[in-house]
Amino acid sequence: MSRISRSLSELFGNDPKKPVPDDYTPEAKDLHAFQRTDEETKKRVDGIKVELAEKHAHPPLEKLRLKRWAVLLLVNLLFVFSFYLDIQLLEGALTASRFVGFHMADLNSALQVMLAFKHVVLNLLIGTVTVFIAWWLLGGRTFCSWACPYHLLAEWAEILHLKLVEKKWVTDHPFDRRARTWFWIIFVVLALVTGYTVYETISPTGILSRALIYGPGLALLWVALLLLFEIFYSRRAWCRYACPIGLTYGMVGATSPLIVQYELSSCFHEGECRKVCLVPHVLETVIKGRARGTEVEIGADCTRCGRCVDSCPTNSLMFKFKGLGNLL
Amino acid sequence: MKNSSKKKRPMTVKARRKFIRTVIMGAGLIGTSLLGFIPVLGRWKERVRPPGALKEQPFLASCIKCGQCVQVCPVNAIKLAELDEGFGIGSPYIDTRAQSCDFSCDGLQCVLACPTGALTHELNYPHETDMGIAKVARPESCLAVLGQGFKGQARGPDYDGLLRYDEIDRWNPILVREHPYDLELCDLCVRQCPIEIRANQCDAGKPPSGDENQCPPKRAIRLVEIDNAEGVKRMKPEILDGCVGCGVCDMICPIEPSVFEIDVTSSRGWAA
Repeated sequence: MSRISRSLSELFGNDPKKPVPDDYTPEAKDLHAFQRTDEETKKRVDGIKVELAEKHAHPPLEKLRLKRWAVLLLVNLLFVFSFYLDIQLLEGALTASRFVGFHMADLNSALQVMLAFKHVVLNLLIGTVTVFIAWWLLGGRTFCSWACPYHLLAEWAEILHLKLVEKKWVTDHPFDRRARTWFWIIFVVLALVTGYTVYETISPTGILSRALIYGPGLALLWVALLLLFEIFYSRRAWCRYACPIGLTYGMVGATSPLIVQYELSSCFHEGECRKVCLVPHVLETVIKGRARGTEVEIGADCTRCGRCVDSCPTNSLMFKFKGLGNLL
Repeated sequence: MKNSSKKKRPMTVKARRKFIRTVIMGAGLIGTSLLGFIPVLGRWKERVRPPGALKEQPFLASCIKCGQCVQVCPVNAIKLAELDEGFGIGSPYIDTRAQSCDFSCDGLQCVLACPTGALTHELNYPHETDMGIAKVARPESCLAVLGQGFKGQARGPDYDGLLRYDEIDRWNPILVREHPYDLELCDLCVRQCPIEIRANQCDAGKPPSGDENQCPPKRAIRLVEIDNAEGVKRMKPEILDGCVGCGVCDMICPIEPSVFEIDVTSSRGWAA
């Protein structure tokens, strides 16, 4: 199974497959064997102790996360200011817009319209292709963590959820991740069959984007309901198990040059990255003995949020633009 | 049950629960989204759509709910529908009584802004639009029918609607309340009708921007005499074939509720 097909399989909701002996590169095999030696194990265990003490003494500030929030707010406020100040920089909403006059269309919204309307005007096609290329270059689901306004609210809801979990007031109820693929298919079929953009009715991304720009309304109740569900019942449920927009961008980003890359040689396998990750299945490779190569590209479901990069004590995860070397 | 449903390994309780709650969540979500069908099929709201809007079904199918039409409208006539309009959520409409389209942009900016063709690009001039047709719904309260004039602000001092008055500023609409009237017989609906204004300009040999194509081929509204007894002239507004349903008559009518209603049955593609 190639990297891309493994990555897509995980994106569609299948559990990551454990590598069979033939999957490993010779270098990775040697490195795993080396890491299993008593001397290396002791070094790693001691290293983790030092790290934990350090983390306890100086809780790290998630710099990248704050930067990302700033970018996300900026993108969304650009729409707002563009309208209020009438500066025509970024007109429209996240579903479709014009950036200094150039058409842009959200890929999932455009897909819904094309299927419901069964006709594509040139402007929509231009907008769709432009956005496709832009998000392909930027990593696909990068849209989720760097642009989607619901993602930001969901992150704040998650902080609350984790506090409640810590106090044992609530527990996380995971869902089957394949549900999102089914939703995607069902909403495609519904648009095609009913002739209406059914998904847009419940899309928290569209609702929030419009509420920010054109003023709040009744639909925010639906968004509030989703957030309450995530706080009290299931961690990050919408983004993890439901959102078809995420899957659309995930497919776009499956072959993207912008990835998070894992470096086996420096990793202590603490698992800090998997604790903070929205989609921890993409990080199974960091579990001891799982990496197929010494350098592994993280899969398509990764939102390139960079929390793993921030949280990794040994800098074994980093952003990379293939062909341009390491970004961070 | 079929034999084939037997699993090699039985599901653990945990896995079974996860499966069941996933199915429930899925059904809930799809069900919720399909509730959007109800206001659409039930025609809960019969909205006047912006100029160039396709018939209701293809309009809702093609609208990407981005509000670019809202942003370019110089009189802020366009609003976006709420969640109670189901599949129509985020789609643009015009509340003509609150603020109608007076075509003061001339170039149909909303049509040009629409990225998906929900507002069709196949029209260029106001008289080519079909937003609906005005109906004289309450003739008994019409000032002209009662033989009365009108003096003052058409919609009172608190109304913040905009209208373009060519004779004051050809390019910028102003507040209706800043343009009081003094009329012997109320003819506001005819006087402010954008189609009538254009037709009059054309008859005077001065089409807007000197463009003959701007001239409406048909008239939209006129006052017809119904009575002239005891020196009191009484007239009744009559809607003509050139009416495009922009709703300025509904907006400017000083009577509350307005004498007019905009009928969208045919423009929305619904059977009468």
